[in-house]
Amino acid sequence: MSTAITANHGVVAHGGAHDHEHHDDGSKTLLGFWIYLMSDCLIFSGLFATFAALGHATAGGPSGKELFDLKYVFGETMLLLISSFTFGLAMLNMHAGQRNKVIAWLFVTFLFGAGFVGMEIHEFHNLIVFEHAGPDRSAFLSAYFGLVGTHGLHVTCGLIWLLAMMHMVGKFGLNDTVQRRLSCLSLFWHFLDLVWICVFSFVYLMGVL
Amino acid sequence: MFGKLSLSAIPFHEPIIMGTLLMVSLGMAALLGWLTFQRKWGYLWSEWFTTVDHKRIGIMYVILAIVMLVRGFTDAIMMRAQQAIASADAAGYLPPHHYDQIFTAHGVIMIFFVAMPFVVGLMNLVVPLQIGARDVAYPFLNSLSYWLTACGVVLVMISMFVGDFAATGWLAYPPLSELKFSPSVGVDYYIWALQLSGLGTTLSGINFIVTILRMRTPGMKMMQMPVFTWTALVTNILIVAAFPVLTVALALLAADRYLDMHFFTNELGGNAMLYVNLIWIWGHPEVYILILPCFGAFSEIVATFSGKPLFGYKSMVYATAGIGIASFVVWLHHFFTMGSGADVNAFFGISTMIISIPTGVKLFNWLFTMYRGRIRFTLPMMWTIAFMVTFTIGGMTGVLLAVPGADFVLHNSLFLIAHFHNVIIGGVLFGLFAALNYWFPKAFGFKLEERWGKASFWCWVVGFYMAFMPLYVLGLMGMTRRMNHYANPAWQPYLVVAAVGAVIIALGIGFMLLQFAVSIRDRAENRDLTGDPWGGRTLEWATSSPAPFYNFAVLPQVEELDQFWADKEHKRAYKRHEHYADIHMPRNTGAGLIMAAFGTVFGFAMVWHIWWLAVVGLVAMVGTFIARAYDTDVDYYVPGAEVEKIERARLVPLHKLIENVDPASAGQKVA
Amino acid sequence: MNKRSLVSALRWSCAGLAVLLLSGCNLDVLSPKGDIGMQEKSLILIATGLMLLVVVPVIAMTLIFAWRYRSTNTKATYAPKWSHSTAIEAVVWTIPCIIIAILGTITWRSTHALDPYKPLASQVKPITIQAVSMDWKWVFIYPDYGLASVNELAMPTNVPVHFDITSDSVMNAFFIPQLGSQIYAMAGMKTQLNLIANQPGTFAGLSSNYSGAGFSDMHFTAVATSQQGFQDWINKVKASPLNLDAPTYHALTQPSEKVPVTYYANVKPGLFDSIIGQYMGDMQMNKIGTEPAQASAIPSNNDHAKAAE
Repeated sequence: MSTAITANHGVVAHGGAHDHEHHDDGSKTLLGFWIYLMSDCLIFSGLFATFAALGHATAGGPSGKELFDLKYVFGETMLLLISSFTFGLAMLNMHAGQRNKVIAWLFVTFLFGAGFVGMEIHEFHNLIVFEHAGPDRSAFLSAYFGLVGTHGLHVTCGLIWLLAMMHMVGKFGLNDTVQRRLSCLSLFWHFLDLVWICVFSFVYLMGVL
Repeated sequence: MFGKLSLSAIPFHEPIIMGTLLMVSLGMAALLGWLTFQRKWGYLWSEWFTTVDHKRIGIMYVILAIVMLVRGFTDAIMMRAQQAIASADAAGYLPPHHYDQIFTAHGVIMIFFVAMPFVVGLMNLVVPLQIGARDVAYPFLNSLSYWLTACGVVLVMISMFVGDFAATGWLAYPPLSELKFSPSVGVDYYIWALQLSGLGTTLSGINFIVTILRMRTPGMKMMQMPVFTWTALVTNILIVAAFPVLTVALALLAADRYLDMHFFTNELGGNAMLYVNLIWIWGHPEVYILILPCFGAFSEIVATFSGKPLFGYKSMVYATAGIGIASFVVWLHHFFTMGSGADVNAFFGISTMIISIPTGVKLFNWLFTMYRGRIRFTLPMMWTIAFMVTFTIGGMTGVLLAVPGADFVLHNSLFLIAHFHNVIIGGVLFGLFAALNYWFPKAFGFKLEERWGKASFWCWVVGFYMAFMPLYVLGLMGMTRRMNHYANPAWQPYLVVAAVGAVIIALGIGFMLLQFAVSIRDRAENRDLTGDPWGGRTLEWATSSPAPFYNFAVLPQVEELDQFWADKEHKRAYKRHEHYADIHMPRNTGAGLIMAAFGTVFGFAMVWHIWWLAVVGLVAMVGTFIARAYDTDVDYYVPGAEVEKIERARLVPLHKLIENVDPASAGQKVA
Repeated sequence: MNKRSLVSALRWSCAGLAVLLLSGCNLDVLSPKGDIGMQEKSLILIATGLMLLVVVPVIAMTLIFAWRYRSTNTKATYAPKWSHSTAIEAVVWTIPCIIIAILGTITWRSTHALDPYKPLASQVKPITIQAVSMDWKWVFIYPDYGLASVNELAMPTNVPVHFDITSDSVMNAFFIPQLGSQIYAMAGMKTQLNLIANQPGTFAGLSSNYSGAGFSDMHFTAVATSQQGFQDWINKVKASPLNLDAPTYHALTQPSEKVPVTYYANVKPGLFDSIIGQYMGDMQMNKIGTEPAQASAIPSNNDHAKAAE
């Protein structure tokens, strides 16, 4: 955005101090993104509430205790946690202006995120095909797949966003727009991490214990 | 290849639907033909469809709402006609299959595609002007929000002719809305239309919160914002807090229908009560989402036409915030009869009544604004007074329904129907019409004429009372809602009166359309040259009518409430500058429209299980969004010289006009 | 001139409303025949009366202020700056608060007194009726008598009736306006209602929650009669040649409209519980009809879609 402005209008563009309200330094976007995350948080709250309401409705089917493999899920959790850390490194490099390192760390983050999604798909596949515990088996399993699947879908969106951002960093460099978007994605990624911690404790740990 | 879609999806055997289809097609063909003949497509595309100007988006929202009002009202009058004749178990002219879709569509359309777009449209039109901003925080997102709403409208309209619409009631309670009991595509249309437009609404909520929090003109503190802006802020917070819950409820219902899950089914542990809770956790705040901006509009109108500042501004703000918060702890009053314990029912009953306290305070504040004023009975003010009387009655019956013991015999009866139409027509719709008449000159530069407007007003008010007062009585007679026919002939006279009321309302709508047509024809007579046709108090009246695309050439400096009024009093208003700085503006984009078009394709494909097309639609939608992210040419500068030219054209004649007039009331006298 | 016509129109509407109300002498909800309904009627009247204390002055003030401070009336005081008065604000907050405090107290008490689940205080032993909503009819089971009926129920006057309510289909609501409270009927769940008829009569009963195409005809009659009349009704049902066995029950669950009153002399004990149990996902419980609910639930959706077409 700002590159275009400078290109078109040069000095004049930044001369008018009075119209600062349209020179988004990113804080406006970040505020909006925060609000979006809060609304997303409410979506997850709704799903958690659903899980709480239906968690015991196994309808004669298997319960979480019989199905969940904590070690496996702990592995998933670690992948996601590490990906959050690597995203942090990408952000540090962004602030240091290290364009290539940003791309590299985003790529590492992508790999860990993809690993997480892969493990989740494998877990789902296992449940549906081998355990005959698909989402159509009981309300409990519907709630489980609904909640965990929505999180997985969010991570998948995050992965697509990561790909786009890697390309954008390469194409545009670390300009204001790219930095702003990276900051949003970073918030999004950490948010998903946080949600996952809740999923892990609330769904898996409490399900098994 | 085409999923469940085949030619048999078109209801050829239903003459009413086919007749409608014919008329709609002819109308559309005529409109499209005229546009082509007039070579208006380029203009529409570049000036309207791709616009990111909040005022134009606002206007498009309101037009959409009025078109859908006609559709929703057609449903209403068909229902009234059916019930007026289907007495003593006569079949009437609408079989249940059709009738049930009509009352569902009526509710869905009136709430989601009339009231919502109207309210959002007004906020679009007014809020940035009132806070002295040049646009909303995210102009592109705003355009996307609009087109997503339009996409929901398109899906609902298609459902009339291809397949069918939900026949479940407007909230689609499961298990009735589950595949087992509603196997047709009706509920799927419902789900996707609401999901897509709901996404738009949520985005719009975020947009306006940031706009109001971060884009107020220099000096304007929160407690100096006009009351309409305050109500808009609370409404948008409610939108962001409530719509995600709707999204969840509908998504889980979709999962039940598409993936054979068991969230709300009878079988395998599903729990329909969960849906009812979720939908009302959204649904109750939703009614406040609709009514609060109308309260805001009434506040502006009462103050303007009483020639006084609003009485008890702070009370008003606190009352608004209080209503907003309380609206989240009352949802259970929609189903006291579900068998919750007495403690739970009593809690929700009392919390509902508590909401009536701030609402009552608002009424008193409007009253004391009128007290010792100089009230001008223009159309906006007439709507306001009709509202104050009507809404008070609706509020009373609402509190009555909030008493669980009373609700046990009134729930789901026509008494309930009368109540919520009493508040939604008497509150929301009257408010929207008041606001429409009030802010119309700001949008178009000329006032709406009053003769047809008054005819419309009287038809609406009289028609409303005739249509809904009998429904209160019918409720007390034990008539329940959504009946296609009934055995008790004692109900018929009341239903006939109600049907006549509906016809009178139809006249009201007709006169309103006539009012628009005549106003456009005679626009030269009603031109607003000052920008302040009513003697307004808030900033939107400080700029020209219609407002220039940049809203304000120089951002106004605010030091107090009703800044513009003070400026006029101190003869500071309409100041002309020698030099204007360049103005930074967002560039138009078609991305929002294109995304929503693909969204419509996605929704339609999902409804009919055309999976490949759904994938194409979704990928194209996301792809367009990403492509838009690569577009760096998203804004531009309006050169100061051009601004100077526009401002001079307005202010030079204006100064001549107001030279010898008291500036505080310059507008009304000149115009 | 507009105000005058506004005032007159409103006056006219109010008058019209009053006439409508007065002429409607058959207001079922306001002419209850049982104790619960009586209490609910007086609750409605008391609450309305309380609210009118605010509503009438507000409406009157709206019209009076609008008239008095019209711009053409130059004799009226004009206070263009006046926008705050702590005294008035205190009053306008206090009055609604007081009214709501009183109404809230009434609500708390009445909600507990009228809790549909609360057994009615009575010297007489209550009778139990189990009501099942179906597409689109009501089945009433009398477990104490081992019989059942469709779309008609009978009860002795002055004897509390305990209803257990469920649905074998979508959600409905069980409602006899002249006796008082309604309550939802939901599959897999049992809701309860306690009513009493203090006067004999034949009352209209209905489902007050929309349940699909046949909903409008989903009404039944509730006959309140003397002890002897009730016994006669029981005998009449007992004389029926029909029994509500598994195949009959299954046939009954199929969608049908305008089902005539039908009596069943015998009912399998525990039928009501098994109707609820079939939705609980417990394989052992669902042997009511010939078609196990489980079997219909899992692959069902497409079958039903086909069946419906």
